[in-house]
Amino acid sequence: MSGSPYAPHTDAETAAMLDAVGAADEAELFDIPDPVAFDGEFGIESRSEQALRRELSGLLAENDDLTEFLGRGHYEHYVPSVVDSLSKRSEFLTSYTQYQPEITQGFLQALFEYQSMLVELTGLEIANCSMYDAATALGEAALLADRVRSADGEVVLVPETLREGKRSVLANYVDGAALRVEEYPTEEGTADIDALDDAVGEETVFVYAETPTVRGCIEPNLAGIGEIADAAGALFCLGSDPVALSILEEPASVGADVVVGEAGVLGLPASYGMGLGLFACKEEFLRQVPGRLVGASEDTEGTRAYTLTLQTREQHIRKQRATSNICTNQAWVALRAAMHAAYLGADGLVDLAEDCVTLAQDLAQDIDDIVGLRAPVDDRHQFREFVVGTDQPAQAVADDLEAEGFAVHVIGQHRLQVCVTDANAHAADDLVAAFEEVAA
Amino acid sequence: MSEQNREPGRTYDQATYAVSDDENEPLLTEKRSDTVEPGDALPDDLTRDELTLPNPEEPELARHYTRLSQMNWSIESGPYPLGSCTMKYNPPVTEDVAADPNAAVHPDRSADSIQGTVGLLAGLQDYLGRIGGMDAVTLQPPAGAAGEFTGIAVARAYHRANGEDRSEVLIPSSAHGTNFATAALAGYDVVELPSGEDGRVDMEALEAAVSEDTAALMLTNPNTVGLFERDIEAIADVVHDAGGLLYYDGANLNALLGRARPGDMGFDIMHYNVHKTFATPHGGGGPGAGPVGVTEELEPYLPNPRVAETGSGYELVESEDAIERVHGFQGNWLVLVKAYAYIARLGDSGLADASAKSVLNANYLAGQVDLAVPYGPFHHEFAATAGDAAAADVAKRMLDFGVHPPTTNWPEMVPEAMLTEPTEIESKQSLDDLAAAFDAALGSTAEERHDAPSRTTARRIDQTNAARDPRLSWQALDGE
Ligand SMILES: Cc1ncc(COP(=O)(O)O)c(C=O)c1O
Repeated sequence: MSGSPYAPHTDAETAAMLDAVGAADEAELFDIPDPVAFDGEFGIESRSEQALRRELSGLLAENDDLTEFLGRGHYEHYVPSVVDSLSKRSEFLTSYTQYQPEITQGFLQALFEYQSMLVELTGLEIANCSMYDAATALGEAALLADRVRSADGEVVLVPETLREGKRSVLANYVDGAALRVEEYPTEEGTADIDALDDAVGEETVFVYAETPTVRGCIEPNLAGIGEIADAAGALFCLGSDPVALSILEEPASVGADVVVGEAGVLGLPASYGMGLGLFACKEEFLRQVPGRLVGASEDTEGTRAYTLTLQTREQHIRKQRATSNICTNQAWVALRAAMHAAYLGADGLVDLAEDCVTLAQDLAQDIDDIVGLRAPVDDRHQFREFVVGTDQPAQAVADDLEAEGFAVHVIGQHRLQVCVTDANAHAADDLVAAFEEVAA
Repeated sequence: MSEQNREPGRTYDQATYAVSDDENEPLLTEKRSDTVEPGDALPDDLTRDELTLPNPEEPELARHYTRLSQMNWSIESGPYPLGSCTMKYNPPVTEDVAADPNAAVHPDRSADSIQGTVGLLAGLQDYLGRIGGMDAVTLQPPAGAAGEFTGIAVARAYHRANGEDRSEVLIPSSAHGTNFATAALAGYDVVELPSGEDGRVDMEALEAAVSEDTAALMLTNPNTVGLFERDIEAIADVVHDAGGLLYYDGANLNALLGRARPGDMGFDIMHYNVHKTFATPHGGGGPGAGPVGVTEELEPYLPNPRVAETGSGYELVESEDAIERVHGFQGNWLVLVKAYAYIARLGDSGLADASAKSVLNANYLAGQVDLAVPYGPFHHEFAATAGDAAAADVAKRMLDFGVHPPTTNWPEMVPEAMLTEPTEIESKQSLDDLAAAFDAALGSTAEERHDAPSRTTARRIDQTNAARDPRLSWQALDGE
């Protein structure tokens, strides 16, 4: 019987160790009562490295090779090779949470830098090391509102267009706090301000808006939404991402109390929805922040040093009174996002964000020129993506596009959604040609 | 018992790059920054005024992060025996598999067009079900604590479906903090169970605490001092007789691989911690994954969507009774690929060997270290007590001897606890070095320990000041 390739014991060493502990064999060391002991087999065959790689690359090759024009919450920007090579250094990749800061200064500094970049992008004073994804960050933000608002309302307001995955996670997170998720109307893909004003009442603790929205629309009246929330004593939470925030209005300047979103737009390629939850908020909520925070301090020699701090908020100390149950988060993804942001710098980020506007504008224009298609459907500035109206049933158009090698979203009977970034822009003309083939 | 005060096998000096007495590697922002205004793609009323961020050139970036990496301990640096954390070697082959360009797909692709991805997920659901003895598995939870939340939400949905309004979750006092926080997050009152004298669940205390308000009991087995809950069948009966469910925290599953399965012990719900048991890299604090397995009866409550095999392939299926979701998409996909690869690499015999060697290693190391271990027989980890010494100081001194110290001061039932889990990856030589480091740290004077560490990038860090005067960004350092 072969053992684990990652247990280095020779037979002689195993024998010596068994001898030292006074056991005849390893089985003797297990204190498992017979009725619950397992003597069956899993039936999982052990593979060599080569066989494993062949098998899994063969399996993954069953994925059709489509050029994706997909977004709606999961976006791809080109990740430079240097981000891969640096982040995969085993000193980063194979380290644990920084419980011994003296020997993990490198990761702590990288996370401190990540937090600082988000502080710059949001204009808010506090950013944590990460939440799991945008949806769980939204859930945590609503619970923060529940803790810090003195009014005892129970309604959390979100746009009716919110992506179902986010709405569902939010509903799950607030269930235990007896809060309720309600929706406010939108028009042209962004908040319907008058309807929102009507929807907000005494019972509202939290108002959530996104820019860009799930339809790729840039919200034109963020400050108005902030004022409505503020007047009702509700927290204003803004959903965005670090690329969009590089050029869009600074959240602090429009009255955002909390910013959440998907920070994995930097550093992560398309990863089947794996993300990086951005969480930033005003300093007044410092003691109520969920998740980990890295702070600067000094060591005994007076040298600047970094450490996890304010841990009395966290589950390992505060248990059921912790601000969140989160422990393992997305630290390595945050490291990659920080590397990617540093690689781009302010000018690279601004250029990338401007490209997200102009690429979407140009592609929408080209699609709009095709008979049987209208784009963008919403009368808004678009970021990365936009909605397309189709004369033909949208599903049929999408199926035909798939046969031509392209994936787009179907979001309604006659509605498609198309997302374009630096990662797929090279194929935009081909997509337009394919649309011409299939849409008429 | 070992010889007293054996010399440490080695000492350790960690890299520093001090350009001044005040700091080690400068912050990115202290090197080079730019301020840029948005161009004219958007009207001014939609844009910010300006953006200031570091702007290193690529070679500078590479050096910055390489230097930071050299100031960071990792499993490839040396032993990392953090109890409860299962710091195993992370086989690079799993990275290569996850880096397959065909793995880079969008979550809104039709299942039809990504049969490879959903096929792999189906395979992992199946493997995990077999390993845990569970009937159905969801891969959505992105970490252990998220798995706990999923599991307790499943229990909540089950009780609600039965028209029952149960308000309490029972948790042993020795449990991990996430258990308590999870129960609270799901809206339950926590009832803390004291441990018995033998370090296990106290049956009398359990019977006294269980009631018709009990939604679930959350247990770790082996528990957090490494002991198998020998009364597990009786525990399951007590909880089930009261109408409650039994939840298994999978943090310590490494000890049981191939030897016992939570499903066979009467657990209704469990999470697997793949960044522990199945060796996916911890990445300095995630990403992880915390898949959840349940019995057939609870399957309808698992979050949507799940992967199912059909005659012709794999599809995503939804259940009407499903709880709300725990992740915006399908969880940490890349981590799941690595977990699948690890399990497939080891197979039955490798998995059983992992538990065998992890338990052998813990027992051997405990015998070599000059510290009392109050509770036994333990399995993959042991909770030694530092006795009169402060565990935290012993740990800091160990840093100077080329090893990472164990988890300290937890669980609280062991005074000055040093919870040690070497895992199966350490050789006898490496365990001897680790034991020497323990003994050298214990043999140091209290003053030496108090002043430790001295060979790491940072000397002892002032935690009090970090919390009293929080500086959480470089903006907050301005003027320093
Ligand atoms: C016993 C136990 N339970 C739960 C957890 C939480 O797991 P995670 O950090 O993956 O959320 C941990 C790990 O930190 C643990 O050791």
